[in-house]
Amino acid sequence: METVDDVRAALAAHDYLADEGLATAIFLAMRLQRPLLLEGEAGVGKTEVAKVLSRWTGGELVRLQCYEGIDAAQAVYEWDYSRQLLHLRAVEAGGGEVVEDELYSERFLVKRPLLRAIGYEADALGATAPPVLLVDEVDRADDEFEAFLLEILSDYTVTVPELGTFHASTPPLVIVTSNRTRDVHDALKRRCLYHWIEHPDFERELAILRLRAPEVPERLARQVAAAVEELRRLDLYKPPGVAETLDWANALAALGQTDVNEASVSVTLGTILKYREDQERTRAHGLDVLVRGATERPG
Amino acid sequence: MAEPALAGPPALDRLAVGFARVLRSSGLDVPVGSTVLFGEALGAVGVDRRSAVYWAGVTTLVRRPEDLETYDKAFAAWWERTGELSVVAHQEREITLAFDVDNGDDDEQGDDGEQQGPPSVQVRYSRNEVLRVRDFAEYTPDEFAEARRLMADLRIAGALRESRRLRASRRDRGRPDLRRTVRRAIRAGGEPIDRAYTRHSQRPRRLVLLCDVSGSMETYARALVRFLHTAVVGRSRVEAFAIGTRLTRITRELSSRDPDTAIAAAARRVVDWSGGTRIGECLREFNDEWGVRGMARGAVVVILSDGWDRGEPEVLGEQMARLHRVAHQVVWVNPLKASPEYAPLARGMAAALPHVDDFIEGHSVASLEHLAAVVSRAGGPRKRSHA
Repeated sequence: METVDDVRAALAAHDYLADEGLATAIFLAMRLQRPLLLEGEAGVGKTEVAKVLSRWTGGELVRLQCYEGIDAAQAVYEWDYSRQLLHLRAVEAGGGEVVEDELYSERFLVKRPLLRAIGYEADALGATAPPVLLVDEVDRADDEFEAFLLEILSDYTVTVPELGTFHASTPPLVIVTSNRTRDVHDALKRRCLYHWIEHPDFERELAILRLRAPEVPERLARQVAAAVEELRRLDLYKPPGVAETLDWANALAALGQTDVNEASVSVTLGTILKYREDQERTRAHGLDVLVRGATERPG
Repeated sequence: MAEPALAGPPALDRLAVGFARVLRSSGLDVPVGSTVLFGEALGAVGVDRRSAVYWAGVTTLVRRPEDLETYDKAFAAWWERTGELSVVAHQEREITLAFDVDNGDDDEQGDDGEQQGPPSVQVRYSRNEVLRVRDFAEYTPDEFAEARRLMADLRIAGALRESRRLRASRRDRGRPDLRRTVRRAIRAGGEPIDRAYTRHSQRPRRLVLLCDVSGSMETYARALVRFLHTAVVGRSRVEAFAIGTRLTRITRELSSRDPDTAIAAAARRVVDWSGGTRIGECLREFNDEWGVRGMARGAVVVILSDGWDRGEPEVLGEQMARLHRVAHQVVWVNPLKASPEYAPLARGMAAALPHVDDFIEGHSVASLEHLAAVVSRAGGPRKRSHA
């Protein structure tokens, strides 16, 4: 992996079409060993980036889904209390004495995603690809969580007081995603590389459709991509993302359509527009106008 | 297109520093760490292609999509000139030390006190009762200065809601706290006699303030922005926006402790101060960009406006409905409401009212104290008071 174009090619070989901006961001994240913070509208493929990186590099995908109140016990590590208690009771029953250190050894340690990604070691076969750590929707977590996430991402070290320090020999490839429901703390942003993922343009969306929904006829795929391009110009509350485009194309194909037409668009509108107001706006704009635009788009 | 080739690697640092300075003078916040990172990125992607340099900069120097436009302009200007200049001439600018806004959440108040019921509003009453009830529009400059002191005393306690975060509880109920229970069991020879529990902690609901700064609000806006400042610096999880012909987020500007600095910064940021009003459009922008995505979800949203909207009332009505669906409570503060002959006849106001939980006055310090009280008790179930 020497250049940005290598990254693009490798991602494409694993079914992800990135533009130059995203490819540069990924290239730099790997080269400079920095976490990559991805923001963008829902459905533009933020989470998909981590998945494709895992497929490409062969590193295990370690996913941490954030939510409000997530804390170290769920994100880093926890002790297996019930096993500790059982062990205590078993030893007591056998008339033995339990040394506390025994209870706080690695066999009672439950590794949560962050520790799994940091405390990773090359397996017996010598596969050395570091894991891909996906910290998904970090904006759902709270400030306290961001603080210890920052700490871990700064030196890729986790300390378990009873056991010692885990340090990543090779840092994991870290992808952090956010939907911008609130601003991520500046300190965390400064630590990360940043990329805002845009909706794809017509050509790239068509290429994505061909790649990800090969069973959709070429002609239909082209018209769907054109219709979506127009929908995104309609000033909707929630412009369709790539995920919706794929759903819609698949839905139309499943109905046996080979063309976008008014009747089939009308019954499948719910797969592409998820707000009632958006559906109304589109109908007011005219489904016939949408269909005509899609079927007559040059190129 | 023939593009000027840039100097070789030794100049990368100078190049990075030079561009960072251009960005700073265009108003972007570029910490030194990012400049260093940009230099490293240039080393990795090379500087012989314009797009490679462009994307290396976007990845390392930009941290918000809003800044992209500024970045693009600065990049275009800088790239055209780097052919002959390695460091761009520009005016000296003091270095901004980025600091973290104090986010020490006030939610851990009362260490173990399991206080229930509505949280208390801490409003210190002043001796100057006359000024407290005086309409802002009738203030003399001296009175305004005095009122500012009164407002500085205003404390907006947070309406609390239950957080998902767990904390140790002293009581013998709630969720079992296995970690502490096991610790104690070891002391007791493996017998979990003394059990520990956790409970949900409380945290303040987010408070979102949208202040109308259009021409018709001019006499009130200066006092209300003061109120916004008090709210932003007074507690965590507060967001402030100015609405006029466009929406401007002023939370960062207002987070300076010094009120005069903060308000001056906010005023510089708001380009449409005392201009027209398009409340509906602004609310739509707020809903699209911030509110419905999460900022307004479960939050207490306060709109400070006289309701004079030049836009279509349907737009305002629809956006208020959207906002009301996601917010915990929507409060509309209208300074005109205090006058006896006032009726919400402005078409915008009439369209908005069905989606408002509390409709209150906002013409005086006393009414702002009342607002603070309304906001603070918003922790409980929704209540409507249009009285």
